[in-house]
Amino acid sequence: MALTNDEVLAGLAELITDETGISADEVAMEKSFTDDLDIDSISMMTIVVNAEEKFGVTIPDDEVKNLKTVGDAVTFITSNQA
Amino acid sequence: MSTPRIVVTGIGATSPIGATAQESWDALLDGASGARTLEYDWVEKYQLPVTFAAQAKVRPDTVLPRPVSKRLDPASQFAMVAAQEAWEDAGSPEVAPERLGVDFATGIGGVWTLLDAWDVLREKGPRRVMPMTVPMLMPNAAAGNLSLHFGARAYARTVASACASSTESIVNAVEHLRAGLADVVIAGGTESAIHPITIASFASMQALSRRNDDPATASRPGSIDRDGFVMGEGAAVLILETEEHARARGAKIYAAVVGGGVTADSYHITANDPEGHGAARAVEMALAMADASPADITHINAHATSTPVGDPNEYQALKAVLGDRVDEIPVSATKASTGHLLGGTGALEAIRDRVAPPTINITTQDPEVPFRISGEKQSLGSGPQLAISNSFGFGGHNAVAAFTTV
Repeated sequence: MALTNDEVLAGLAELITDETGISADEVAMEKSFTDDLDIDSISMMTIVVNAEEKFGVTIPDDEVKNLKTVGDAVTFITSNQA
Repeated sequence: MSTPRIVVTGIGATSPIGATAQESWDALLDGASGARTLEYDWVEKYQLPVTFAAQAKVRPDTVLPRPVSKRLDPASQFAMVAAQEAWEDAGSPEVAPERLGVDFATGIGGVWTLLDAWDVLREKGPRRVMPMTVPMLMPNAAAGNLSLHFGARAYARTVASACASSTESIVNAVEHLRAGLADVVIAGGTESAIHPITIASFASMQALSRRNDDPATASRPGSIDRDGFVMGEGAAVLILETEEHARARGAKIYAAVVGGGVTADSYHITANDPEGHGAARAVEMALAMADASPADITHINAHATSTPVGDPNEYQALKAVLGDRVDEIPVSATKASTGHLLGGTGALEAIRDRVAPPTINITTQDPEVPFRISGEKQSLGSGPQLAISNSFGFGGHNAVAAFTTV
């Protein structure tokens, strides 16, 4: 069963908290991974790898650079779920 | 410019017998043992011939914040815990980043990270191998992360000389400071390699004690019935500083590191030179740098790992340098308590408190290893103290550090 945006956001927030220590409350759709959450490239790739596992999706490497905000990632994941 | 004297202003340790340096030292004086049966399913799964080790008393990932610990192999986690303790103990010195260095040692590096990632690769494919895998498993990960954490920009060096590593790091750091290239150095060593692979390998070479039914008495350096070493894990860190820098900031000073010697055997990849030439030269070098003679030595922290051949070889090496004086000096073989790690801090704390810690588990002392060791604490007396700490490693590495009271 496909997950909703809110469910994906909550799951992604868990991964971001685990990787960076950023509080889940701060992880909102409009937040930029780099400018707002200060996530570096290696943490971003760690989150991507974990998100692929958690949500059963494939996020191609050349797609990652398009995921500027948390919302971009949530939208990509929900629309690419198996 | 005269050569500066180098002092110790901070100590940190996380070990099988204590979560801190003080707790470890107190446990050592009490004759504690850190060896315990391993409670992991992999012990049974792989039918390991040795089922115990001296695991650290406290897991480092329960102390460090999760975002910090998850980017560090357990070996680097131990290093971070011990370094933070040592740094605070030294009073968190104010020092220019370009004058603060790191000299850190590991025998094996991030073996857990490497092999966990190998499992992931085989089970789930390359896409699941975490990007931090290599930066976590590399042997310089501890040095690099300490440099980052403490803002150390003078240098960040890694020594890998097996079981001689951390003493060699201390000696390197002292040489670096004496050369005027830094004012403060965070020096020490770490290991977290109690893994089925290392246990299997050491057991294959018949190096490990097999006393599975009695782990606490398994490490028996100097005892006639010793049957091998006990693997340990943890980290120990010294804050080393030029005396001038330490005095200027009013730091407490534990001791001075007045000598160091590092040599190589070129004899055999794992066996000690039975004549102990390399070990003896390392002791001579340490004494020469200290401008001291054998008569000045008041305490020896022996390498003494409890292997059948290693312990008498060390005695012979010291006898060659010190002559009959060797039989008068109180010796401690602290690996009886801690398993195989942490030599340097033991010697330092011994002279600070003027007491040689007990060497536990001696049933009958081996006449081939007639060191003055005891199951009881030995007083070092009220006079000036000079302690040497010996470490020897696979590869034929020998390292000796000499400490004095200040």
